[in-house]
This record gives sequence, structure tokens and C-alpha cells, in this order.
Amino acid sequence: MNSSLYKYILGVADNCLILGQRLGELCGHGPNLETDIACTNISLDLFGQVRSYYQYAAKVAGDNRTEDDIAMLRPEREYVNVLLVEQPNTDFAFTIVRQFLFDVYHYLFLNELQKSKDETLHAIARKSSKEVSYHLRFSSDWIKRLGDGTEESHNKMQNAFNELWKYTDELFHLTDADLDMISQGIAVDTRGLKGEYYSIITEVIEEAKLKTPDLKYFQKGGKLGVHTEHFGYLLSELQYMQRAYPKMQW
Amino acid sequence: MAILELNIDKRLKPILEKVSDPEIPVLSILQMGVVRSAHLFDGKVIVKITPTYSGCPAMDVIGEDINKAMEENGYKSKVELVLSPAWTTDWITEKGRNALAKYGIAPPLDALADKAALLDNKKIVKCTNCGSTNTIVVSQFGSTACKALFKCEDCKEPFDYFKCLK
Repeated sequence: MNSSLYKYILGVADNCLILGQRLGELCGHGPNLETDIACTNISLDLFGQVRSYYQYAAKVAGDNRTEDDIAMLRPEREYVNVLLVEQPNTDFAFTIVRQFLFDVYHYLFLNELQKSKDETLHAIARKSSKEVSYHLRFSSDWIKRLGDGTEESHNKMQNAFNELWKYTDELFHLTDADLDMISQGIAVDTRGLKGEYYSIITEVIEEAKLKTPDLKYFQKGGKLGVHTEHFGYLLSELQYMQRAYPKMQW
Repeated sequence: MAILELNIDKRLKPILEKVSDPEIPVLSILQMGVVRSAHLFDGKVIVKITPTYSGCPAMDVIGEDINKAMEENGYKSKVELVLSPAWTTDWITEKGRNALAKYGIAPPLDALADKAALLDNKKIVKCTNCGSTNTIVVSQFGSTACKALFKCEDCKEPFDYFKCLK
């Protein structure tokens, strides 16, 4: 099996799975009906995308593993999502800031992935980028609405930006598998997206009358399988059914 | 659209016309532009379909419904999912758009108008109940990922708008 390609697909896909799971937690618990529906619809988009990636990864692996095995049966250290997407839904400000910080990246990333020499990744990226442009509209809209809202909503948004900012730099870190795939024209060199990423974010932050956090220290580890303390809880809920009733089907 | 129609075997077309989208039962999967091709190979039917949205839960049901409809007509069939080229709302046929409006879902506007309606709150989406364009967005996501929720300020009726996907 092409192990760099397999690892690269997981690196892209796991972000969608874990963020989709976080958003899914809000099903029936959103702050109001509309945001509840929006978050779960975005979650559904991400799960749809992740299925395409995992089906491809299973094919690349070339053994008996299925998309479900990859999603449900890996231990914690084998998930390679960025730390940002596993952060909890502390309040709606955290949920929407996390979403926005990921959406901007995801949007820029998928635009570039459409140039991949790998046909399957190219096709998934084309399909997904249409969906993600709606996610980005939704989250940007809420950043402005709440940042430029009441004193309380403003403070909560600023607090969420300050807390989550340290997880943004990791989006642009590259693993050995990433570098290998970049050299073959398959992967996106995310280092090239960093400038545009922060400039889009700063623009929205300013429009929302918020302040861009000034931080020198960034947290990393997710891409190497070293996760924050929240991850184990997320995974136990995600995997519970398959662990308790192996091979159970819906 | 014309190119897509050419890829559907004439013998299979009447069968596929009777298979509907489970989320929007007034629309056949052909009007929806979900069927990419349908051919007969050695007595076996191969139908290629494409998802509207990646996570669309209707795709599995559509696949099963196609197989069932083919079986009822004496064909063995296999449904394959293709992602490229990606589905766009432009593939919904004129008949399909009319059926949507009649069912209570405002059909998609072009990309620019769509953005103006959803983001800048321009009043251009026509109410499916009274026809007024005095309408506002309630939520960018509606009952399914492909729709947004609108409300008519004149007749006060809420309705779905099928978002433009390009």
C-alpha cells in the first residue's frame, strides 16, 4: 500500500470527522432551532465528505478494512486531526469561532486540492468546496452578528477567539507524509495558504469590532496523534456503539 | 443537460422517470439531474448517479429505489456513485423547477442573485404561496442541507428555498 497517500488522506479526512462529531453533539441542543439545524446540516456535509475520503483510504489500504473500520476502530493516537476541531462546545461563541477558524482554512485548502494530480482527491475537493463555501458564509455571518452585537455577546466572542487562537498555527504544519505527497503534486502545501488565511480572518474580526489576538505561543500535536484532554471523551462517544456491539449495522 | 440526456438508454428512461427523490417526492431523479448515465451491458443495467450534497442521506434510498424499479421491469441492475463532475443546481430541468415551486420550494436563483438573497437580504426570492418577493431569510440552512428557510412578509407563510450550488 502507498502509506504516504493513506496517511495524507486520513490527515485531511479526520478533521471532517471530528468536527462533524462536535457539531452533531448540538443536535437538539442548539441555542435556537435555526442554528441547531444549521450546525447539524454542516455536520452532515462533513460526514458525507469524510465517507468519500475514508472509502478512498480503504481502497488505498488494499486489505479488508472498510470506511467504518477507519472511522470507528482506531485508537486515539492514530487519529491525526488538528487540535482545533476537537475543542468542545463550551458555549455557542466557542462553537461558531471554532467553525469559522476551520471554515476559512477548509475553503482555501479545498480550492488548492482541486489542483491535485490525484483524480479522486480532486473530485472530492470539487464537490466539497461548493458545500464549504456555504459553511463559511454561515460562520462569518455569526461572527459579525455576535461580535458586533451586545456587550455580552461581544465579550464572549472575544474570549472564544482568545482561547482558540493558539490552535490555528497547526493548520499549516506538515508531516512527513504531507511533504512526500506535496513532492508528487498530490497534496496541498498549506504553508502557502497561511498569509491569506490570517488576512481573511483579520478582515472579518475587524468588521465584527473584535480584536485579533496577539499570541506568540501556539499549541500543536493533533497531526501527530497527540491530542488534548477533550479527545478521549469525544472518541468514547463516537466509538461506543461499534465497541459495544461489534459489526452492528444501522 | 442535453449531454446528460444522451447518456440515458431510451428503454430505461420511462423506468427512471418514475423514481422520485425521497426528500422531494414531486421530482423525479431525472428532473433533479441526479442520474449521470444509464446503460444496458449484456442484459445488466448500470446506472451512475451523483450526490446533490456529499452527505445527502437520500442517495442510499435513491440507489435502492432504482434497483427495485429495474427489478420490477425485469432488469438486473447496479447503481454506482460518481463524484465528478460535481452536481450543480443548473442540472435541475425546467420541468423540475416548476414542480419544485408548485410543491412549495422556491427554485434556485443564479449564483449572484443567490448570494444577494442569502447574504445581503435582497428581497428577490418569490414566495411559493402568494408570489410576493417581499421575503426574508430565516435560516441559511433549512429542513435539508440543500435548502434555506425563508418567510414571506406579506402572507406570513414560511417556505423553503433551494440554494444555488455551482
